Amino acid sequence: MANERSFYNEILIEHNLHPYHKYALDDAHLEHEGINPSCGDDIILQLKLNENDVITDGSFTGSGCAISQASADIMLDLVIGRPKEEALHLADLFLNMIQGKATEEDLEELEEAGALQDISHMPARVKCAVLGWHTLEEMLKNSENIREEHLQHCD
Amino acid sequence: MENPIELNYKKYFPLLLENDIAYLDNAATSQRPDCVMQAENEFYTKYNANPLRGLYQLGIEATAHYEESRECVQKFIHAASSREIIFTKNASESINLVAYSYGLSHLHAGDEIVVSIMEHHSNLLPWQMVVKKIDATLRFLECEPDGTFSEEQFEAAFSSKTKLVAITHISNVLGRQNPIKEIVIRSKQSGAIVVLDAAQSIPHTPIDVQKLGVDFLVFSAHKMYGPMGLGVLYGREALLEEMPPFLSGGEMIQSVTREGAVYAELPHKFEAGTVNAAGAWGLQAAISFMQKIGYRTIEKREKILTARAMEGLQKLPFIQIQGSPNPEEHCGIISFLVDGVHSHDVSSILDADGVAVRSGHHCAQPLLQHLGVSSTTRASIAFYNTKADIDRFLESVKTIRRRMGYGE
Repeated sequence: MANERSFYNEILIEHNLHPYHKYALDDAHLEHEGINPSCGDDIILQLKLNENDVITDGSFTGSGCAISQASADIMLDLVIGRPKEEALHLADLFLNMIQGKATEEDLEELEEAGALQDISHMPARVKCAVLGWHTLEEMLKNSENIREEHLQHCD
Repeated sequence: MENPIELNYKKYFPLLLENDIAYLDNAATSQRPDCVMQAENEFYTKYNANPLRGLYQLGIEATAHYEESRECVQKFIHAASSREIIFTKNASESINLVAYSYGLSHLHAGDEIVVSIMEHHSNLLPWQMVVKKIDATLRFLECEPDGTFSEEQFEAAFSSKTKLVAITHISNVLGRQNPIKEIVIRSKQSGAIVVLDAAQSIPHTPIDVQKLGVDFLVFSAHKMYGPMGLGVLYGREALLEEMPPFLSGGEMIQSVTREGAVYAELPHKFEAGTVNAAGAWGLQAAISFMQKIGYRTIEKREKILTARAMEGLQKLPFIQIQGSPNPEEHCGIISFLVDGVHSHDVSSILDADGVAVRSGHHCAQPLLQHLGVSSTTRASIAFYNTKADIDRFLESVKTIRRRMGYGE
């Protein structure tokens, strides 16, 4: 019974075992918690944005499965250094891909995040893969308010 | 004499014949034998009319089969009367019935309800609702990591204000059987009534409500080889008599006027609307099936298989089994952690190898918080499982860490 077929490829395993962005940022501008209600896993995503709304740094903490952890780590690799609007665009592409609707060009744009493409065939694991991306999306879409709040706290 | 472990019981279960799968998620729902599916079909083919209504021959047949199912359940759990057996849609609804009907009418501000820390959410949330509505207090009976209760833990939970105790017979995470007789004795000291959640125990161990001395007992048909969508509530007749209806509507009345109604007698007072009579007839078939196999055989096979699985897991240094290290204390339920691998990844890898297990918090989040774990993988065994199922599970578990990038 040597059938060891599974969707845990090298990229996913590497990001899970050695996440580059898993730590707490001391001076984040934005912070948002995402929860996967079906399993109780949670992620706290933190970002720094400059005055032009470019993501200059980011990190995540929390507990979760290999898929949610690797997906969040790959996501941060991808969005750090990009303007908020581009990050939201990538989130759209990723969520599309997980629904099995990615084109060749989309996959190219998603770079390593394309390694999670097979999750589209695993309905039980979709929520794990999108946890980080959903959290990012919610956070950035509400970022105007959050930033104002943050600035007020700093007064 | 034949060795019970060598007999093939999978032959009674069409799904297990059709699918090459090691089904080890029996604590979530069991598979159903052919005779149960045939019984449901038989009801619709031969006796279908709306029970308790039609005065024609077919209607009488439908009623007779529905009530025969009720008597079958009554005898199976040794209730004093079939008036004490209420059909619901599942164990959760049975608990909600007791919470809304008994809890809100019989408990008062300042009373205390005791639940154990290992309750399934379905035996916790209804009581959280009750204490909020009537300004009562919820007390938790904590447990040791192996699932046992200490004298101090009992004393911290119970008081002279304890008026209701809701507890599971067997934990769906730890697999340990709770000392119900002792809990009943403690409850009676303050006049508390006891609600026993037997959803996990009835597939594995005989139930005698009178010997246990509980006031209410609930279970679902689908965990004991019966159909989904049918649950049972047993209640002591005197209590059920004084309780108000939970749901109102058709067939739970004696007479209705523009202003009000006189409710039907037990058990129909609690069975508003058209009932799941085919499901009840299916449960009757499941009970006959279990009686033919016999609890002795069921327990014997499950013990052998549980021991095989636990001994195999205990040989692996990266596995931590939750609860007692003794397989005898697990009733076929084994929750475990794999070092460095999340339970979801464990179950996905097992799935790729054709092994079905549950992962997550098992609807028992307070227990997992108490044990200090966020999620576990749970293998749960039924008597129809085989040594080959267990070995397939163990072989797959052995490979998990290597497949997740750890060098072993």
